[in-house]
Amino acid sequence: MRRFLQRHVSQIALSPSLALIAIFLYGFIAYTAAVSTTNSKAFPRFDNFVGLEQYWRLFHTPRWHVAFTNMFLFGGLFLLVTISLGLVIAILIDQRIRAESFFRSIVMYPMAMSFVVTGIIWQWLLNPTLGIEVMVHQLGFTSFRLDWLTNPDTVIWALVVAAFWQGCGLVMALFLAGLRGIDEDIWKAAAVDGIPAWRVYVFIVIPMLAPVFLTVVVLLSLSIVRAFDLVVALTNGGPGVSSDLPSVFMFDMAFRRTNLGLSAASAVVMLCTVLAILIPYLYAETRERA
Amino acid sequence: MSAPTDAMPRPARSGWLTSRRSKAILKRTVLYLLLALVAFFFAGPLYILLSTSFKTMPEIQSGGLMSLPHEPTAQAWVTAWGEACIGITCGGLKGYFGNSMVMTIPAVLISVMIGAINGYALAKWPFPGARFVFAALVAGNFVPFQVVLAPVAVTLRTLGLFGSVEGLVLIHVIYGIPITTMLFRNFFLSVPNDLIKAARIDGAGFFWIFFRIVLPLSPSVIVVALILQFTGIWNDFLFAVSFSNPSSAPMTVALNNLVNSNFGVKEYNVHMAATVIAAAPTLILYILLGRYFLRGMTAGAVKG
Repeated sequence: MRRFLQRHVSQIALSPSLALIAIFLYGFIAYTAAVSTTNSKAFPRFDNFVGLEQYWRLFHTPRWHVAFTNMFLFGGLFLLVTISLGLVIAILIDQRIRAESFFRSIVMYPMAMSFVVTGIIWQWLLNPTLGIEVMVHQLGFTSFRLDWLTNPDTVIWALVVAAFWQGCGLVMALFLAGLRGIDEDIWKAAAVDGIPAWRVYVFIVIPMLAPVFLTVVVLLSLSIVRAFDLVVALTNGGPGVSSDLPSVFMFDMAFRRTNLGLSAASAVVMLCTVLAILIPYLYAETRERA
Repeated sequence: MSAPTDAMPRPARSGWLTSRRSKAILKRTVLYLLLALVAFFFAGPLYILLSTSFKTMPEIQSGGLMSLPHEPTAQAWVTAWGEACIGITCGGLKGYFGNSMVMTIPAVLISVMIGAINGYALAKWPFPGARFVFAALVAGNFVPFQVVLAPVAVTLRTLGLFGSVEGLVLIHVIYGIPITTMLFRNFFLSVPNDLIKAARIDGAGFFWIFFRIVLPLSPSVIVVALILQFTGIWNDFLFAVSFSNPSSAPMTVALNNLVNSNFGVKEYNVHMAATVIAAAPTLILYILLGRYFLRGMTAGAVKG
């Protein structure tokens, strides 16, 4: 007995975690997938199998359409803004500046805060009667309008700017680490040849950062699919449902509208979206190493 | 970049050199202007948050978003902490701050301990299938937690833990396993195997080696894991809003209820003070331990 324990101590130490993850992760994913094939309302029931009907219903629900489209719209804009500005800020900080750590810390501190806090801050700044709009009016530009939070057509920008404010630090840090990893000799050679710095960045340095771009895109995409707290705190999906996202839809259906079957179907679609991002990435990573 | 020209003797009336010099100065000026703009964009909101929290409501309504408070008052802070109405109770945030602490501290300590043991077992006591076990555990980092919300709610109800702080601790511990395991396993791979082999030849066991050799070699990864878990659990909203009730709600939920409630007059100064209180613990960690913080965030960015 003692010998058995000693020989398998590693597996024994891991088994509680493995059991918990097997149940709470894989078991529960299977459970949700099973619920999504039933007509469950307030409580999960398995005696009313409806096949894929919930998925059919999901994609015929106008609100889900808004939420699902928003995910791509918000995601695309957020990726574009955060990656381009994150890279530019990293390049600015990489110019052997004074007080580098000061600037780095300022760009990165929002990461420490919860999305609820970020959402509330930007709700305040974008408030048309008290926030930035009034400040600009008082500076004399009285025709300035910043009605993102009340305009269904532009509300997505409110999410983008708040998510950028929170997420830029990480992207900047990853790019900065990438820039620091580039061989100094490239810069020396370019200087000898008299190539202007911007051309070195565009044609040599940025292509060399391709792996960093890949990592950043995957990390941000995962966070886009999961985005929840920011929307709840900043717009609560409004005006109307114009800034709804899949996570908010899922939550509403599960906990407020007591439509567990439909909610489960939306959660499974979210999981599939993550897998669609992740599987090609992991495939590329493992091929690269092999 | 501009430094070397200083050392050169400047030929009189040489237009070429002065223009190159002024060009370099211009470049630096533009660079620092852009950086100042960046700093303003990121730091401005925090400044506005703080200055608004010390203003009175009439002053807020008169505009002046960027101005310092004319007559700074801590009244909004007192209200936010002890008097503000959240839902139907009017006891301020202090109870919820307590809930968050009582939830976060045990959840962080337990999940970091479990992750350390798992990571050590996987990295230093490998067995057939260890790689598969690692992959199965770590895949949990990528799963959007929406897909487990409903079954977790059912499970917590069955266990009688729904709506309790203990239930939230349990959930945070379980779903913290993937990230802490990954963090420790990757770090422990760098601990030399010879040390462990030597100790095993001397008859040392699994836990003796863990506590006497491996842990003392890894204070930095422990700090990173503690910060990462503290930030993640303190800031969590999804689990908190799904599985808590009004008496066990953590800060994030209470703050959202306070600010986004549709009842009563909106006291913006109180909202801002409450927001600072909610952000303070993790911000302080960031200020004190920024270096470890970044390492944790890059490792933790994958997780939900």
